[in-house]
Amino acid sequence: MSSATGNKQAAAPASTRAKPANKAEAAADYLDGRLGIYSLAKANLRKIFPDHWSFMLGEICLYTFIIIILTGVYLTLFFKPSMGEVVYNGSYAPLDGIRMSEAYASTLNISFEVRGGLLIRQIHHWAAIVFVAAMFVHMMRVFFTGAFRKPREINWIFGFLLLFLGFFDGFLGYSLPDDLLSGTGIRFMEGAILAVPLVGTYLSFFLFGGEFPGTDIVPRFFTIHVLLIPGVMLGLLVAHLILVFYHKHTQWAGPGKTEKNVVGMPLMPVYMAKAGGFFFLVFGIVAAMSAVASVNPVWAYGPYRPDQVSTDAQPDWYMGFAEGLIRVMPGWEIRAWGHTLNLGVFIPLMLFPLVLVAIAVYPFIESWITGDKREHHILDRPRNAPVRTALGAAWISLYLVLLSGGGNDLIATHFHLSLNDITYFVRVGSFVVPVVVFFVTKRWCLGLQRRDKEKVLHGRETGVIKRLPHGEFIEVHAQLPQDKLHTLTAHEQYEPVELPAATDENGVARKVGLVTKTRAKLSESMFGEHSQIPKPTAEEHQEITSGHGHH
Amino acid sequence: MSHDMSDDKLPAHGAAHGHGETAVADNPFADPGLPAHLPRRTDIDERAANRAERQVSLLFVLSMLATVGFIASYVSIDPDKIVYIFPLGHVSALNFALGMTLGVALFCIGAGAVHWARTLMSDVEHPAERHPIEADDEVRADVIEQFKTGAAESGFGRRKMIRNTLIGSMALVPLSGVVLLRDLGPLPEKKLINTGWEEATPATPIRLVNMNTNEPLKAEDIVVGSLTFAKPGPSALRPAGLQESDEDFQQAIAKDALMLIRIQPEDIKDDKSRNLGFEGVLAYSKICTHVGCPISLYEQQTHHALCPCHQSTFDLSDGARVIFGPAGHPLPQLKITTDASGYLIATEDFAEPVGPSFWERRA
Repeated sequence: MSSATGNKQAAAPASTRAKPANKAEAAADYLDGRLGIYSLAKANLRKIFPDHWSFMLGEICLYTFIIIILTGVYLTLFFKPSMGEVVYNGSYAPLDGIRMSEAYASTLNISFEVRGGLLIRQIHHWAAIVFVAAMFVHMMRVFFTGAFRKPREINWIFGFLLLFLGFFDGFLGYSLPDDLLSGTGIRFMEGAILAVPLVGTYLSFFLFGGEFPGTDIVPRFFTIHVLLIPGVMLGLLVAHLILVFYHKHTQWAGPGKTEKNVVGMPLMPVYMAKAGGFFFLVFGIVAAMSAVASVNPVWAYGPYRPDQVSTDAQPDWYMGFAEGLIRVMPGWEIRAWGHTLNLGVFIPLMLFPLVLVAIAVYPFIESWITGDKREHHILDRPRNAPVRTALGAAWISLYLVLLSGGGNDLIATHFHLSLNDITYFVRVGSFVVPVVVFFVTKRWCLGLQRRDKEKVLHGRETGVIKRLPHGEFIEVHAQLPQDKLHTLTAHEQYEPVELPAATDENGVARKVGLVTKTRAKLSESMFGEHSQIPKPTAEEHQEITSGHGHH
Repeated sequence: MSHDMSDDKLPAHGAAHGHGETAVADNPFADPGLPAHLPRRTDIDERAANRAERQVSLLFVLSMLATVGFIASYVSIDPDKIVYIFPLGHVSALNFALGMTLGVALFCIGAGAVHWARTLMSDVEHPAERHPIEADDEVRADVIEQFKTGAAESGFGRRKMIRNTLIGSMALVPLSGVVLLRDLGPLPEKKLINTGWEEATPATPIRLVNMNTNEPLKAEDIVVGSLTFAKPGPSALRPAGLQESDEDFQQAIAKDALMLIRIQPEDIKDDKSRNLGFEGVLAYSKICTHVGCPISLYEQQTHHALCPCHQSTFDLSDGARVIFGPAGHPLPQLKITTDASGYLIATEDFAEPVGPSFWERRA
């Protein structure tokens, strides 16, 4: 009897888990037994996220990426990535009877015959424009607040790669319809590839499957645009988000907030509702934009022919700075030994990634200068890192100057300016404007630091004017509450690294390497007395507040 | 490099934060700790909460109505219908209706969810502890030990022959992938150097044919101040001349396209250029030498031609010298003359490659 029971138990041992209260719990139990969802949910269901408007910028990137994937899949159902020639006889009368590629004809079909096709095409394009713009602004948010510092440097690189790939996928995307504008963009790319020394001609022939334009480029771009790059981006995006969860979000300094905690509201329910709702807000706004604002009306340009072009040919905005580089560069060409080195095109081609890489490597340069190996989860206010903020502002100004170079023809026609003058301005401005912006921004930050110090030590202006017994008028200042005082003084201030003494303890001259010297110089320029205002100390505050009270 | 960096120039970590909830009385900057939660109106007033609930529900209902509107628009509006909508102007009625209804349907879901979160869900802030990303020393030592054990057991370091041959095979195997890319395209050979005009010889000249009318051009068709686009006429290789229906039309026209202008011979500053032309009629390549855009803007007073893509400007009265912009060298000029019937002909190819520069291009 007892042995029989024992056998029965061995055959089907009873679960030690409590009986599920309802069907939903039973389903969760089922999944947990196979996927381990309870352990996953334990760490994440009530995960705390801090709240600040600037933390939504990354969400816009994520959501527009999802919108692009959804609408992109829809477009592939109708788009024919082929350069086979057809004679158009669709419903858009102005192009009736015109020879064109199937790619262009099917784009017209999506725009005029597929109901809602134009809307989806425009949502796809608008979302791409917003996607890259949001990545830019998100990256700037991370840059100016120092959110790239340890432990987040690798996530910064993931984000940078997403931006870089986003650029290229955007370019490939607007190249696909094979209209006159996109074909001109591809021609530009061919010219740029040809400028590469030694291998450029071969690269061009391999990419185009022969001479430009050939019939391979659209189908090849299509695969890269819909499969290769989005696949890589999806992987990077997932890694980016996993790291955001793993590191826990950064937060602003404030009462109760430390480097060892994160203060905010739980994922479920608040951020599920807010972030989930925000997806619909973004999607709704992009859809409404696509209802009222036309983007890339390819039917107006006509099919691509290498001997035709329209004026004001412009790439999408994010390629505008590359366009500026290529437009303002002098036409330097070196011809020697039977070869031509087209520096006028090759230098801009190299500068284009360099401008982007310059911002990508900054976190590593800064951490080398500070030598700081600690984790940082409290964000810097931009004013409290004046040199970093000034460098970022200078970089943005360079970007904008080059962008204006890329739109020199539009600026010339809209503002009745000389195209040549704009080009000369951009040539000089690319060097001068960032320097000016650097110094202005740095001074501005120092001014704001002084104001913070003033506020901490002397309180805020109340607007109340008081007359003293001896006749002097003063404005009454009120002490800031402790949480404000804490917030304004919570930031850390580095001291510049000093070179080791010129001689060691035995009086022998010490060899100081160039690297060490450079680091000390850079450190001095970032944290020296001209680059930050010493923050108020408790002693200074006490002296002023206890001595003669408010003044 | 890192070993010579000491921590003494770093600010004391957490000096301003470490006090937490126990603010020290003599430090006015000490962290006072998390502020108390201030209730919202909806937290304390049931009527306000009910009102918020109705607002959220109203937004969700609006979304439902908009989706119905989307479907109704899809079914009922003709895709060709154009309507005037202020201030947009004339727009596709279907695109506008679908976009606005979809936009409202999506936006209202989002607005409802966010309003719900902001008014009715708890807004009490909680602190959660952070843990250092770095593992502690014990874990670190353990992992390194495990790795060393694994490496030792594999014999990777000890059996050098296995190691070296493995590295060799792994280094070679990707070559197959590289080799497979060879057939992406043919080799350039002379393709960038020759154009469709290469068939032209003094014995077998090729006529210049108007790009738009397909008619052969006479010198008198080209008047001062005009800009005419031309392509190659009949040749042995193309008995009908270059036609749009030709399979390789796009590749051919990308190199063969000409622009013809006429300048009074005495106004032509460059002797070589004057000799390549015929009685002041000059045939330049239409393809910009910068990155290959077709040049399409011609200033008849100054004889300047401008590329609309990057604004390279060429002086066509001076051998198409670059006078502004990023182009690196002049536009190639095709030598032309006339045949017995007075038609413009070419008797040889361009003397230099057309279009953008490339490494193999000879000066």
